[in-house]
Amino acid sequence: MSNRPFTHLDALESESIHIMREVAAECANPVLLFSGGKDSIVLLRLAEKAFRPCRFPFPLMHIDTEHNFPEVIEFRDHRARELGERLIVRSMEDSIKKGRVVLRSETQSRNPFQSVTLLDAIAEFSFDACIGGARRDEEKARAKERIFSFRDEFGQWDPKNQRPELWDLYNTRTHPGENIRVFPISNWTELDVWEYIAREKLEVPSIYFAHERDVVRRETGLLPVSHLVQPGSNERAEKMTVRFRTVGDMSCTCPVASNAATVEAIIAETAMTRITERGATRMDDQTSEASMELRKKEGYF
Amino acid sequence: MAAIEKILLDQTELLRFITAGSVDDGKSTLIGRLLHDSKSIFEDQLSSITNTTHRRGMEGVDLSLLTDGLQAEREQGITIDVAYRYFATPKRKFIIADTPGHEQYTRNMVTGASTANLAVILIDARKGVLTQSRRHAYLASLVGIPHLVVAVNKMDLVDYSQSVFDEICRDFSVFAERLNLQHVDFIPISALQGDMVVERGDRLNWYKGITLMDLLENVSISHDINRQDFRFPVQWVCRPHTEKLHDFRGYMGRIESGAIQTGDAVTVLPSGLNSRIKEIVLYEGLVNEAEAPQSITLTIEDHLDISRGDVLVKTGDLPQVTKVFDAMLCWLSEQPLDPARKYLIKHATRVVKAVVSRIDYRVDVNTMDHQASDNLTMNDIAHVNIKVQQPLVCDDYQRNRATGCFIVIDESSNNTVGAGMICAVV
Repeated sequence: MSNRPFTHLDALESESIHIMREVAAECANPVLLFSGGKDSIVLLRLAEKAFRPCRFPFPLMHIDTEHNFPEVIEFRDHRARELGERLIVRSMEDSIKKGRVVLRSETQSRNPFQSVTLLDAIAEFSFDACIGGARRDEEKARAKERIFSFRDEFGQWDPKNQRPELWDLYNTRTHPGENIRVFPISNWTELDVWEYIAREKLEVPSIYFAHERDVVRRETGLLPVSHLVQPGSNERAEKMTVRFRTVGDMSCTCPVASNAATVEAIIAETAMTRITERGATRMDDQTSEASMELRKKEGYF
Repeated sequence: MAAIEKILLDQTELLRFITAGSVDDGKSTLIGRLLHDSKSIFEDQLSSITNTTHRRGMEGVDLSLLTDGLQAEREQGITIDVAYRYFATPKRKFIIADTPGHEQYTRNMVTGASTANLAVILIDARKGVLTQSRRHAYLASLVGIPHLVVAVNKMDLVDYSQSVFDEICRDFSVFAERLNLQHVDFIPISALQGDMVVERGDRLNWYKGITLMDLLENVSISHDINRQDFRFPVQWVCRPHTEKLHDFRGYMGRIESGAIQTGDAVTVLPSGLNSRIKEIVLYEGLVNEAEAPQSITLTIEDHLDISRGDVLVKTGDLPQVTKVFDAMLCWLSEQPLDPARKYLIKHATRVVKAVVSRIDYRVDVNTMDHQASDNLTMNDIAHVNIKVQQPLVCDDYQRNRATGCFIVIDESSNNTVGAGMICAVV
């Protein structure tokens, strides 16, 4: 260490590893939520750093809306195989078939309903802790959330009734039926995540990099043309060079115009960018000032 | 974010700080000013608060709206304790623990302060050193925040008067002598006008010191962690049981203080058994030395029975191993302390049963006077004696924050109900 200063990334990394080890040691049956997105890619590297040469003391799980970008799903499977860790996939399609999720239309955003499938999976496997890649800089509801965040039997978050979190002494105790969401990268920003991806030379799905794609312009931003999004009668598809800053439900995840084709170019762009990550890319967060807060209270991640 | 090249070099340090003060002191405006002038506010955030400012019939941009709360808070007129804010300059990345000023102040400030390198105490230049300023300073010293900055705000409302500033500095210093504070700096600012926050402005030319941002970027934090005493609480034992690593036994954890090298003699506590460090394992490979606050894996020469909760230290630099100690205890729960009950204490990586065997006195956080008391309610701070069922491996909090702190958990509700700082081993 002495030949290199201890940087903010080192500090964040060590804090996150410490959190992961606390979860492994104190929770009976944790799981790591892996979507193939950049934040959960960072979580996997942190888990490697926390537990190698041992196997991870938890499986990976993805709640698949089946509205995901095919590149991301491919990457998810490839990365899990490469790590040799167990990947559980639970699909929203199953929740729909069982009548647990009722959609108005096939093309509507499935993000709000992920919580149903997630809660069902938590019950199926009796998970008591879900490790996720949420960050406090994403949104103001997140800014007030603890690293160890408790959910009642309905998976609900009660912002008024959070346990005080002091030093780095985490209280991991739960009553039967309750579970914890643990956010080891709470204190990371979007820029930190990209700097870490660069430093660790982590592979990310191709759609994070600039590529040509058919998009339609809507009031809220660009939308990728797919079987879920088709140009309306007074719209037309345009070919543009874009990249995604987040990878979620294809029906509501907007790309941004960008020529950034490398991680370094993305860092430069992120360092200069003038619009928040969620403001630019998630239509579902824009519907009301409090929409993330409301979804979280209903059990959303 | 001008110097991207610098950010790409990955040489920035992390500084965590807390802002203490109420809304009336201009705390939200100050945080908004730091974010705004360091170009950390995004366009969509700025346009959203600009709209809100205009909707409320005001002109310009009310920067305090940046830290506006959640819908639940707005609807119910409550404040949810700590919010975390992030910004970066080419020199440092900052984490602000933003705690509301009024209700439950002690609980919130202790929570936010527990991880802070620095506290900014805001004083309204028109009002001078108030009871709450003394309370903030006392809490900062109790929690052992290494650096204190007294920001005398609203200088624009006292005509940027040097004598007003000087008098506040004098008043505060007289009081601060009674406290255990390591470094105190005073800066006159106007968060509203931006003077001496990020930019110097041209209205405080009599002040020759540095701006608040200069201080935040340059204050030395490398010695905020105890660099002397090696303390390594074991979090997790790694036994891969693979053919290649059949006998590998790695002790995983974070170095809470001090440093270690391969070959160093170590003692395992509380058992007291001795061995030597064989390897220091990182994901990237083996290294010869490591220091706080790195998360690492250690292997030792001998086959000892070591598990989570044990602490590795350097032989010859031993902490206390005790079942009885005195502590300053801050009560965090609406349910008062019940001295007849057993609680759980989490200290480092160990959870033990505990009782509060004696309350010596309660501290009036406004006057620092000691008062006799036989119970503790929310926001009380008291000097207590605690007995635990199994020995803890600890140091005095003032010497070593990481091995001197603990939380108290109510076993029936599972809530965190207290926060403690060990002050003497009995």
